[in-house]
Amino acid sequence: MTETIVFYLFSFIIIVSALAVVTLRNIFHCALFLILCLFCVAGLYVLLYADFIAVIQVLLYVGAVSILIIFAIMLTARLAGRQVVMQNEQTFIGAFLALILMGGILWSLTGTFIRQSAEVPPPKSLATIGRLLMTDYVLPFELVSVLLLAALIGAIVIARREGT
Amino acid sequence: MLDKIFIIPLLPLFAFVMIVFFTRWKEKLSAGLSIAMVAIGWILSIVVMIETLAYHGEHVAHVEWAIDIVNYPGFHLELGTLLDPLTAIMLIVVTTVSFMVQVYSLGYMHGDPRFSRYFSYLSLFTFSMLGLVVANNFFLIFIFWELVGLTSYFLIGFWFEKKSASDAGKKAFITTKIGDLGFLVGLMMMGMFLGTFNYGEVFAKVEAGVISGGLLTAMAIFIFCGAVGKSAQFPLHVWLPDAMEGPTPVSALIHAATMVAAGVFLVARSMAIFMATPDGAMTVAWIGLITSFMAASIALVQNDIKRVLAYSTLSQLGYMIMALGLGSFTAGTFHLMTHAFFKSLLFLGAGSVIHAVHTNDIQEMGGLSTKMKTTALTFIIASLSISGIFPLSGFWSKDEIIGSAHEHPFFMVVALVVAFMTAFYMFRLCFLTFFGKPRDEEKYTHAHESPKSMTVPLVFLAVLSVCAGWVGIPWLSHGYASAIVAFNGHPHRAEPDILLMLISTVVALSGIGLAYLMYYKGSISPEAMGQRFKPIYNLLYNKYYIDEIYDAVIIEPTYAFARFLWSFDAHIIDGIVNLYGTVTVWLSTVKYWIDAYIVDGIVNGLGIVTGAASSVLRLTQTGRLANYLLVVLFGLIVLILIANSNLLNWAFVLVGIH
Amino acid sequence: MQLIHYLSLSAILFSIGFYGVITRRNAIAILMSLELMFNAVNINLVAFNRFVTPTEFIGQIFAIFVIVVAAAEATVGLAIVILIHRNWRSIDADRVNLMKW
Repeated sequence: MTETIVFYLFSFIIIVSALAVVTLRNIFHCALFLILCLFCVAGLYVLLYADFIAVIQVLLYVGAVSILIIFAIMLTARLAGRQVVMQNEQTFIGAFLALILMGGILWSLTGTFIRQSAEVPPPKSLATIGRLLMTDYVLPFELVSVLLLAALIGAIVIARREGT
Repeated sequence: MLDKIFIIPLLPLFAFVMIVFFTRWKEKLSAGLSIAMVAIGWILSIVVMIETLAYHGEHVAHVEWAIDIVNYPGFHLELGTLLDPLTAIMLIVVTTVSFMVQVYSLGYMHGDPRFSRYFSYLSLFTFSMLGLVVANNFFLIFIFWELVGLTSYFLIGFWFEKKSASDAGKKAFITTKIGDLGFLVGLMMMGMFLGTFNYGEVFAKVEAGVISGGLLTAMAIFIFCGAVGKSAQFPLHVWLPDAMEGPTPVSALIHAATMVAAGVFLVARSMAIFMATPDGAMTVAWIGLITSFMAASIALVQNDIKRVLAYSTLSQLGYMIMALGLGSFTAGTFHLMTHAFFKSLLFLGAGSVIHAVHTNDIQEMGGLSTKMKTTALTFIIASLSISGIFPLSGFWSKDEIIGSAHEHPFFMVVALVVAFMTAFYMFRLCFLTFFGKPRDEEKYTHAHESPKSMTVPLVFLAVLSVCAGWVGIPWLSHGYASAIVAFNGHPHRAEPDILLMLISTVVALSGIGLAYLMYYKGSISPEAMGQRFKPIYNLLYNKYYIDEIYDAVIIEPTYAFARFLWSFDAHIIDGIVNLYGTVTVWLSTVKYWIDAYIVDGIVNGLGIVTGAASSVLRLTQTGRLANYLLVVLFGLIVLILIANSNLLNWAFVLVGIH
Repeated sequence: MQLIHYLSLSAILFSIGFYGVITRRNAIAILMSLELMFNAVNINLVAFNRFVTPTEFIGQIFAIFVIVVAAAEATVGLAIVILIHRNWRSIDADRVNLMKW
């Protein structure tokens, strides 16, 4: 019962803030609504017995990526200056197609039978995840670390000023 | 010797080959070689004659020598010789006259640029004629027949720079060829029905009746066609007068003694066939009669010395053919022999006269007896012989001929009339040429007797003209007639007919007398006679217009047809070629159009289309990510829809996947 | 709640994010919309993990990797945006059309 209410509440907030992210004129407001959205997604994760993921979501997305976005906004936008038109000319067709996409995915979902398991998920997931990362999925783990290194170096190289 | 007579023709052939390949550039050597070969042949012929006569007594000489070429039961073809009295006589005649003519030619043709070629032709002709005479089957005689025709063409048209000479050669060849066609048909019939060409076998089959009735008559007439052509009988006689364009020795050889005698020889050889078909024999006799009368009448009014002699030859040949047709082998062959001697003498004498005064026209001559004694004397002896005056050779043979018409009074009367005409025109010729006042002073002064090489043959032949007939004197027990009787097995009146002899002598003398009156004494004027009988005179002078008739009826249509064919051919062919050219040009124009407009159009079109398409399609490359993503979204939606619809199922069912 | 609810939510969020990507002009806004899409995917993965294989954590681990990669990508993307802004004084995505014909 509670689960249902919480789910619908979080879903509502997610959808509304998502809509706000894609429509608002002020880019800073968009960033703030994005943060709100991400928070609620973390709450959803908790509902799904994925506690570790919820925490990681908050840490990385809200704590790092969003801050990064706000930094970028700061560095590039003129907040108090003239407001540029935020949407391009594809709004109608884009909305139309996005609706169709949504409809199509939903339709295919409702037509699909997915066998669900009746097992109960374990309450704590951290230890298991940690062990799995080090044993079964060590290769992707290592690769992702290399990827992060590359992204780091790449970002520095791209954004470097001349002569520095 | 009798079975080796094939050597005799080969001698002049050897001379021909040697002259053509080796001695052409040495005139004296060529002539000498040719004369030598003929002389040897003459001697060998005399040897053969002696052996033949020695044969006579037990059996008649009949020696055959042959190489078989094809010998199936139904067909027999061979290469060989036959020696019998007829062959022996012909050998003597041919070789003697050839010998005399070749010696004569030394003088007559002296200085001619083609002297060696002349002698090579003479040798080739002699070879052909001798081969004809010794052949033992009809096929072989036909081969030599054609060779004789060919060599006579060479000789008649010897001075081919003169158009009339080359035309005469062509005329002779073509006219005799028409006769040869008939001969060939006869040969084909012989081969088809009798399966053999050998004389003995053919005669045996004819007598046995293998072929008879109308078919036999037809075959006989066809074979006679060859004789009509070669011996210049009516209606194929037109070539002989024109053939006088050749050198006079050639006329003497070919048109007096040998080639024209070939036809008579053929009929004589085939007597068994003609005797077996009375209709055929009468046809032969009639043609002979018509020819002799017609030719004699034309000779009455001709002014060219050689023409008169040519028509005289025609007339005498007609006599021989008539005699053979009436059944008298003796008369025909006897006259053949004597005629050969005195006619060749006449021609050679005429040649001598022409050589002296450089003209053929007797109206320009006269009084030559004082200038050319030998020529005049021998000429007169020959004229007497041909007129049938006792005791020259012509008397005996002519009597035999007139006697052969014993059962046909009409023939006998006409023959006597012809005898009268013969005497008349011959002595007209003599008187106008050798006696009286010279009508052309200049020619008379330049005239001179001919060199020895020309006069010696004249004398020799004159002797023969006198004596050769004596073998046929009826009182002779082992004379010509009896030899022939034994040989041929045909009945013949061997008794002398005194009445006939008297009548013929009277006729001959009256002919000579009339000529004397008209041309020597001048009591009857020839001009007056000509005026009185003008239409007849014109008819005779123009040779009964036969040449003109032939020209209009046969020659001109042939030319016209040839011209028509030429124009038809040229226009059609030209038309086709030009049409081809025009069509090709038109086709290439069309192809150019296609290439320039259509093909180029397509190529250019492709370019234009690509350009247009690209100028439209590049508008999709906006460079803006948002646009690209939109399209991706669209594609994604389409994929989702397809995946979720039954389209995929239907597609799989169509292809066959379940 | 049922799996279908979570999947529906994920679908809606994905569509909204996609709309934002193709519609917005500001480059940073596009990146933010992209983050929405990533999150939708993550919700999907974790939902599957909870309902289909709760004892195996494959879904969650996958979600971890997605988060990490998304972070790296956002980093590089923003670096590029800053560079563009430095050169052109504008972050209008419609101005980036050098590949235009």
